[in-house]
Amino acid sequence: MSGAAAIHASSWAAALVRISPYTFSAIGIAISIGVSVLGAAWGIYITGSSLIGAAIEAPRITSKNLISVIFCEAVAIYGVIVAIILQTKLESVPSSKMYDPESLRAGYAIFASGIIVGFANLVCGLCVGIIGSSCALSDAQNSTLFVKILVIEIFGSALGLFGVIVGIIMSAQATWPTK
Amino acid sequence: MYGFEALTFNIHGGYLEAIVRGHRAGLLTTADYNNLCQCENLDDIKMHLSATKYGSYLQNEPSPLHTTTIVEKCTLKLVDDYKHMLCQATEPMSTFLEYIRYGHMIDNVVLIVTGTLHERDVQELLEKCHPLGMFDSIATLAVAQNMRELYRLVLVDTPLAPYFSECLTSEDLDDMNIEIMRNTLYKAYLEDFYKFCQKIGGATSEIMSDLLAFEADRRAVNITINSIGTELTREDRKKLYSNFGLLYPYGHEELAICEDIDQVRGVMEKYPPYQAIFSKMSYGESQMLDKAFYEEEVRRLCLAFEQQFHYAVFFAYMRLREQEIRNLMWISECVAQNQKSRIHDSVVYMF
Repeated sequence: MSGAAAIHASSWAAALVRISPYTFSAIGIAISIGVSVLGAAWGIYITGSSLIGAAIEAPRITSKNLISVIFCEAVAIYGVIVAIILQTKLESVPSSKMYDPESLRAGYAIFASGIIVGFANLVCGLCVGIIGSSCALSDAQNSTLFVKILVIEIFGSALGLFGVIVGIIMSAQATWPTK
Repeated sequence: MYGFEALTFNIHGGYLEAIVRGHRAGLLTTADYNNLCQCENLDDIKMHLSATKYGSYLQNEPSPLHTTTIVEKCTLKLVDDYKHMLCQATEPMSTFLEYIRYGHMIDNVVLIVTGTLHERDVQELLEKCHPLGMFDSIATLAVAQNMRELYRLVLVDTPLAPYFSECLTSEDLDDMNIEIMRNTLYKAYLEDFYKFCQKIGGATSEIMSDLLAFEADRRAVNITINSIGTELTREDRKKLYSNFGLLYPYGHEELAICEDIDQVRGVMEKYPPYQAIFSKMSYGESQMLDKAFYEEEVRRLCLAFEQQFHYAVFFAYMRLREQEIRNLMWISECVAQNQKSRIHDSVVYMF
């Protein structure tokens, strides 16, 4: 209630509450795509450098091990999809209603959704990248190991998917106040 | 930070680590050694080796092969691999790879100085030097008369300069002093390498500490056994032991006063890792000790490959290749001299 806001007029709570919900939403969308791509890129270089070096002595591993790179890339795609979904949730509200609890809630929901997706994809990309690097090196020595390590990678890439699911559920209830 | 090296190691080291693991896959296995042991002459050995990674190095050699040619060409492969990795490495990996050479430099220095003492020709000695340990002014070593001159003329410009602080004397070089010089230099080198690995931290420092500690302990035992019955005093002997490792400091105290092999065995059996080595030999026998130490070293080096994202795989690969070249030399010598029954005395199998 705006009465409650007036009581805390000179506290940190008041400062936070007076930041525009659009700021939080925009930062959430930026984090969702930016940090996801960071995770994907980190994973790709970890696995790519090992793959290139190992393929010199064992050229047969190159085509199969591109799957690791594809799993890392999928993480970036999740980030893009969620960012697109989140930006469709942004609506204009009249300035009188901009600091209503309803619209603050919508702003925070989009922010949280962005953080969830971004950081889940960051660690997922890292995980898949490190496993992919070990997979390439093991495949070069003993080709029966590839499929078994791929199973580990599949479990790792499920982490990003969990983040996307929760993020989409969060953003589904980001309803701005009607005019 | 230990445990999180996987996040950043591959930026600089990922490609080279994958290359060195590819080289490791090319090391000879027990099946290859069995084939080589069945050979009748050196041409058979050359034919079997042409199916391995050594093929391109041996194929142009003319037919009456010598064992020294085989060893030389195989060492050439080792040097090529090393140089390829060194030129692509960045700090701190490049410093780490340089440290691997210093041991060979020390051996080359001692080789030339000893050879000059025994009036050998410098060119002949230079050909016998290990290629990994060559440096620019190495031929000038033949001119020096005592250690101070050795240092001032040649070694002050090499990476070995800091290791000389403990052995700068004006005494003339004779066989005993040269051996003492070799061991003092090697002690300083091992301690320096150990400190460097501790500074790198993480998995590298853990694995290299283990490997270097074993090396230090092995040298301590060899110094003890070789100096039994010579004029080396106990204090001098103790000064040659490195100040790290499983045996430091109490084992060194006990080893310094040993006067025969059974006393050495008594000291070493108190340490569980070495007890396993010494229990393989019966009393009074010391010829098998070298082979037992080599086998233990190879076992530890192979274990270094079990972990990813550290530098010790490079050290392990170089050492395993050197062991393989020693094996090939022994097999070639046995085959050339028709002593095939003794082949299995000294071949250390790796995989």
